[in-house]
Amino acid sequence: MVAHDTVTVEKRPALSTAQAPRRRPRGAWTPWLYLAPALAVLAALLGYPIYQLGLISLFRYTQAQVSGGEPTVFRGFGNYADVFADDRFWQVLLATVVFAAACVLSTLAVGCALAVLLTRVRAVPRLALMLAALGAWATPAVTGSTVWLFLFDPDFGPVNRVLGLGDHSWTYGRYSAFFLVLLEVVWCSFPFVMVTVYAGIRAVPSEVLEAAALDGASQWRIWRSVLAPMLRPILVVVTIQSVIWDFKVFTQIYVMTNGGGIAGQNLVLNVYAYQEAFASSQYGLGAAIGVVMLLILLTVTLGYLRLLRRQGEDI
Amino acid sequence: MNLPRPLTGGVVRRPWRTAADACALLVAAVVAFPLYWMVLGAFKPAGEIESSEPRPWTLSPSLDSFRRVFGQQEFGRYFLNSLAVAVTVVIVSAVIAFLAATAVTRFRFRFRTTLLIMFLVAQMVPVEALTIPLFFVMRDAGQLNTLGALILPHIAFSLPFAIWMLRGFVKGVPEALEEAAYLDGASRTRFMWQILFPLVLPGLVATSVFSFISAWNDFLFAKSFIISDTSQSTLPMALLVFYKPDDPDWGGVMAGSTVMTIPVLVFFVLVQRRLVSGLGGAVKD
Repeated sequence: MVAHDTVTVEKRPALSTAQAPRRRPRGAWTPWLYLAPALAVLAALLGYPIYQLGLISLFRYTQAQVSGGEPTVFRGFGNYADVFADDRFWQVLLATVVFAAACVLSTLAVGCALAVLLTRVRAVPRLALMLAALGAWATPAVTGSTVWLFLFDPDFGPVNRVLGLGDHSWTYGRYSAFFLVLLEVVWCSFPFVMVTVYAGIRAVPSEVLEAAALDGASQWRIWRSVLAPMLRPILVVVTIQSVIWDFKVFTQIYVMTNGGGIAGQNLVLNVYAYQEAFASSQYGLGAAIGVVMLLILLTVTLGYLRLLRRQGEDI
Repeated sequence: MNLPRPLTGGVVRRPWRTAADACALLVAAVVAFPLYWMVLGAFKPAGEIESSEPRPWTLSPSLDSFRRVFGQQEFGRYFLNSLAVAVTVVIVSAVIAFLAATAVTRFRFRFRTTLLIMFLVAQMVPVEALTIPLFFVMRDAGQLNTLGALILPHIAFSLPFAIWMLRGFVKGVPEALEEAAYLDGASRTRFMWQILFPLVLPGLVATSVFSFISAWNDFLFAKSFIISDTSQSTLPMALLVFYKPDDPDWGGVMAGSTVMTIPVLVFFVLVQRRLVSGLGGAVKD
């Protein structure tokens, strides 16, 4: 806790000088002029669609209504009632939460471990690991998905040969398919955590760590009692980002399990909403699922903002 | 890559150091392996790629897969479409984000904090959930089957994060410089574009990586909004033409994946140092 206090004390003055408000007489409308294009684009392409999403979720909206064959019927919360009454929704919700949690935990564990490892090694291995991680980070989700499928291909993939699994299919079973997607997601998202946490560790003054080492603290103890508290703000950010990303995984599931797996066994909320809307033409139901997802992520984000507030961060 | 000396250099003992080095190299090899296998698969001749004894090298590299990719499909056209979408998104969102970031860092005004929180909240909106209403918005605007249907939403979705990240870079330009410019008689517009813009440009480039990636990688919008006119298709969709779940053309998929990955990789390596410092800045603020 002592270490944590030092950080906040050191941070305050830096923040306040950098943010000293300018009070030159300026037209009060100038900032709004600069903000106008951004606000216009966001209102038209983010705000309005969100409103539309809410609206569609209240109507019976299927292919017949889209083509204008039948009038749209206001259903109130009927779509939500249908969604919540469907066992499949709860299955998919559970799968989404468990899968996202597994992805977040694995990504954070791998990312943090490698960030610590990066601070321990010589220049050449560090460069090698950094470049490899950047490569994984830069790989588009679609190509990453196809490449991992190829690696684990039952007939021509190297993984089954090395592990001696014969023609075992990874995408056939529910859990092994989820596991394969998890591997790909961790592979392409740990670099963000690793690079960010590594940058954070580099910013910790080396005297603090040397003092801890001189006092006889073990590596694990240094990480738990010194680094982790000092890195808390960064860890919060990468955790929240990971939660938001992994909760919304779409491309990997869609490509690797071919649209949600055999009989929809690998569906997550995002893919489920998409399939309901565009494959089954149940736009109203799909929109209702979308609203549920939006609310869940909104809750996560507001919790995150409260956390930032409590830490006394200035926005 | 300019990486400073390891921080606990004096503390770690030599045998541990060597073990850590070996460990890092091993992890690097594992992480890089999928990319290696992708490029290798792209160059392997057909007989080797569809072999039940895959070897981690090839003695007779061939360009057949690339020829098939560029020949059979209008791959070159899709490549240009993808590039047009990504470049437009990057430029437009960079300019808009620069203006907005300047407004929220250089001015104090009512609702400033509210706006910042809105930009933060906007980042978490699940883009995928908005595909349904956006489909109807694009249909009503007559944008279905055009590249505009891909460009417009991506500009909107990359803005909040770009503004959030650019704040740190705009803040980094000393206020004194602004005062000096005004004393020398520069107008605000002139200060913005001739002094502030060039100074923030490196940060702008780092920020652009994210808009570039989201636009370049986009799969969902391309799939949903380009429904019938395949001449407007982009790379991710074209790639999946080769990937049929029952009988994938692995050579074609790997060659297409290679073509699609390389531009992003080049962009990333070019800006990686700025990226790391930019992320540090965005996170610390």
